[in-house]
Amino acid sequence: MIQKNVTSLGYRPTIGLEIHVELSTASKMFCACPNHFGDPPNTNVCPVCLGMPGVLPTMNRQAYEYAVLMALALNCRIAEFTKWDRKGYYYPDLPKNYQISQYDLPLGSDGYIDLLVNGQTKRIGITRAHLEEDAGKNVHDLPDCTGVDLNRAGVPLLEIVSEPDLNCVEEVMAYARSMRQLVRYLGISQANMQQGHMRFEPNISLWIFDDSEPDGGHYTPIIEVKNLNSFRSLERTVAFEIARQAEEWQADPHGYRMDKMSKQNRGWDDVREVTVYQRHKEEADEYRYFPEPDLLPVEIDDAWLERIKAQLPELPIARYARFREEFGLDEKLTTLLTSERTTADYFEAVIQAGASPRRAANLIQSQGMRLANEKGTDVAELGISPQRLAQLCKLTDDDTVSASAAATIFQAMLESDAPPEKIASERNLMQVSDTSALESIVAQVLADNAKAVADYKSGGKKAKKARSFLLGQVMQKSKGQANPKVVGELIDREVLGQT
Amino acid sequence: MELHRLTIQQLAGELAKGQLSSRQATEHLFQRIERHDPAIHGYLELHQDAALAQADRIDKRRSKGETLGPLAGVPLAIKDNICISHGRTTCASKILGNFQAPYEAHVVQALNAADAVILGKTNLDEFAMGASTENSGFGVTRNPWNLQTVPGGSSGGSAAVVAADLAYAALGSDTGGSIRQPAAFCSVVGLKPTYGRVSRYGLVAFGSSLDQIGPIAKTIPDLALLLNIIAGHDRRDSTSADLEVGDYLANLDKPVKPLRIGVAGEYFQEGLDKEIAQAVRQALDFYASLGAEIVDISMPLNKYALAVYYIVATAEASSNLARYDGVRYGYRDKDPKDYIDMYYTSRAHGFGAEVKRRIMLGTYTLSAGYYDAYYLKALKVRTLIRQDFDKAFEQVDCIAGPVTPTPPFRLGEKIDDPLTLYLSDVYTVMANLTGLPAISIPCGFSSAGLPIGLQLTTKAFSEELLLRIARMFEQATDYHLQKPKLQS
Repeated sequence: MIQKNVTSLGYRPTIGLEIHVELSTASKMFCACPNHFGDPPNTNVCPVCLGMPGVLPTMNRQAYEYAVLMALALNCRIAEFTKWDRKGYYYPDLPKNYQISQYDLPLGSDGYIDLLVNGQTKRIGITRAHLEEDAGKNVHDLPDCTGVDLNRAGVPLLEIVSEPDLNCVEEVMAYARSMRQLVRYLGISQANMQQGHMRFEPNISLWIFDDSEPDGGHYTPIIEVKNLNSFRSLERTVAFEIARQAEEWQADPHGYRMDKMSKQNRGWDDVREVTVYQRHKEEADEYRYFPEPDLLPVEIDDAWLERIKAQLPELPIARYARFREEFGLDEKLTTLLTSERTTADYFEAVIQAGASPRRAANLIQSQGMRLANEKGTDVAELGISPQRLAQLCKLTDDDTVSASAAATIFQAMLESDAPPEKIASERNLMQVSDTSALESIVAQVLADNAKAVADYKSGGKKAKKARSFLLGQVMQKSKGQANPKVVGELIDREVLGQT
Repeated sequence: MELHRLTIQQLAGELAKGQLSSRQATEHLFQRIERHDPAIHGYLELHQDAALAQADRIDKRRSKGETLGPLAGVPLAIKDNICISHGRTTCASKILGNFQAPYEAHVVQALNAADAVILGKTNLDEFAMGASTENSGFGVTRNPWNLQTVPGGSSGGSAAVVAADLAYAALGSDTGGSIRQPAAFCSVVGLKPTYGRVSRYGLVAFGSSLDQIGPIAKTIPDLALLLNIIAGHDRRDSTSADLEVGDYLANLDKPVKPLRIGVAGEYFQEGLDKEIAQAVRQALDFYASLGAEIVDISMPLNKYALAVYYIVATAEASSNLARYDGVRYGYRDKDPKDYIDMYYTSRAHGFGAEVKRRIMLGTYTLSAGYYDAYYLKALKVRTLIRQDFDKAFEQVDCIAGPVTPTPPFRLGEKIDDPLTLYLSDVYTVMANLTGLPAISIPCGFSSAGLPIGLQLTTKAFSEELLLRIARMFEQATDYHLQKPKLQS
């Protein structure tokens, strides 16, 4: 669908995305300082991450394992031998004026991730995944100087580079969100966007279809936009650039092409919602990479790799497919339930405890997610054990409580540790399904509403409405506790003589 | 014997007997420093108060009969590119002129744990870049043997104060010969341990893959004692070897037999001073007289060593010294226009000429388009050189040769001719490129009365063997007992 659309426009967006993810290790990449956001400036620092003279880095093994775990989840080839390299550039937030990174031997390469876009699977190539240290932050809101906060300097940073396989905004967003979902599934990053745990750098150009050219078309010059730290700015940047490049191409179809213009850096202006020209990249950046002599190469043997592999959970896309098949849930509900690993785990635990999948899914979606959202937590953290929720599902399924009562009970369970059945009875939310108790109310209602009874009996146009009216009256008189199904059967029997 | 002439072992013996207090020894050296160091300028900073307080502490503990460390009360000096958490660590550079390290180097912690007394910090070529200690940002150091000549470098201050009995021993660092060459020029013993034998944590980096801390002392037993204390694994230095460290003193006096000593013809070619060649030959004859087999070996790649060294060392230095930018510590030029200007002017005014030259060389060789031709090629040759040595050590236990091509040269003689000065490192850089342990021991004097050193190299992590071979020579000769005559 998408493909066809853009073809008719005469071009196809071609987008690659670099993503930086801060890993949620306890300590920094090369020193023992806490990896913690939000502390007063320059409190999580030591001589090593301050780049003092004479200090040396030591590798955080946990960070390396986290990174390998992600590379495995992205189906990458895992390098048995990698080393560290120094990437040199001068900036005040970079204490050593070089960043320890991985240059020519990334720990993961040649992987892929499958995305679900508009109900279809699309495979996006992963060029490489490597580990490096984050820089600090320049602080510009001081009265008469610029400050440097180095709390973030040295935090482990995983860089994931995609192939230019993304062809529209929807795919870019699905890719970015899948990455966030994946790192959270793996438990290697909180991927908290507000805290800058994820940053995006799209490379965008358009493939212009032109049958008169030997390759069947050409590319517009690549635009790189650095340091986007929200999904919103990523989405708008990509949409804006596609439109802007299309305009440029239309204005200058022969000049605006990759082979005639060098790569350009543009920045996203969040206020004006436009990209702004920064610089041309005439040649490759000069980072003077060379192997980091202060660290030993990292060699992963089979035993270590197996130990890391054993930590791989079921990944979101596999879980999605399994939920659809095993539980027969629809796309939307399955997407919701598998969006976070904790939610999916919780859902499965509820089913394990005896709930029907459909009921559990509905209650988690309609009540759990809503309440979790209000409380700023996730479903599994609401304080309702899977066993209690399963009990509630069963009470609802066997008509002990109505669906609307179930919602009320769900909410009450947040404040009470009591079993749902007890809550239902304390609050008079049990349905009355006992026919003898309902028969007198039904008889009374039928006696009081002869007109409606006649309409129903006539079987004409008004019959359906009349039946609903009678049922409503009974429900009202029972203060909502009557089981509507049983009431309906009683009315049918009395009025139509059916059993 | 005069108090300052004692070796560490002798001093430790006197202190243990209670004949002498550490305060007496320490005060004696400070008096001697006051009298002689103005002419030599081996020290950049004295830690008088801290040293005397430590001496008193040790004396007090000794009087209580406490068990003390092997260096209890022994006054030592530290090269000023090794961090101590009090006083300044300047690397003899104006850019770190007021820098106070907030932490202590591994070796300093080790010396403290051994109850040593630290007298102060010694002069060096700025950031250890040089072979004469003339590149110091805070004045040159003079050779105690002849004040008109250089003490060598970069650990010139450490070698000079040991030679002049202004410290019982000192720590230096060796990136391309910076311990061995000044040891040879000052007629003291100096050891560059195997790369990884001693933690570099707290040594201000010059060439990270080449740097190694080592001792400079009056005798081989003192070297062995110091190495016992500073060697060993340190988790803070990933490149420090997780290998057991033996007791280097235990078998020190046991001669090595049989002993095969390799001599490379390449070491005795053009450029080597005749008197040095002769002294080294004599030393080899002496070993032969002890029953050693002298084996001719070939080091065909020797001619590339200096070029490879100056590519690797400057490349690493250009990166290691990038952090001196005036942002967090150290010298910052006044009133820069913007942060770029702050980098430019702080670095332009903070670094000396030789440091800037090497930063530029290193920056150039690491640049895109040059990397393969220079740095990568140098790494490959480095590997081949290492293989040369591995092959040689299949035939011999030890390789012997000169330390320096010339005796100590006059102050100012080579300072304006960097390439000639770089040639001073021609015999020493191999040990750094290969990571092998190497030692410099006194083996004679020139006709002008200037010291000559003999260099011995053995396999990686075989310091025990190396020290024993050196000790064989020391025990039978008296070069190390000769002392410069100081004017006061």
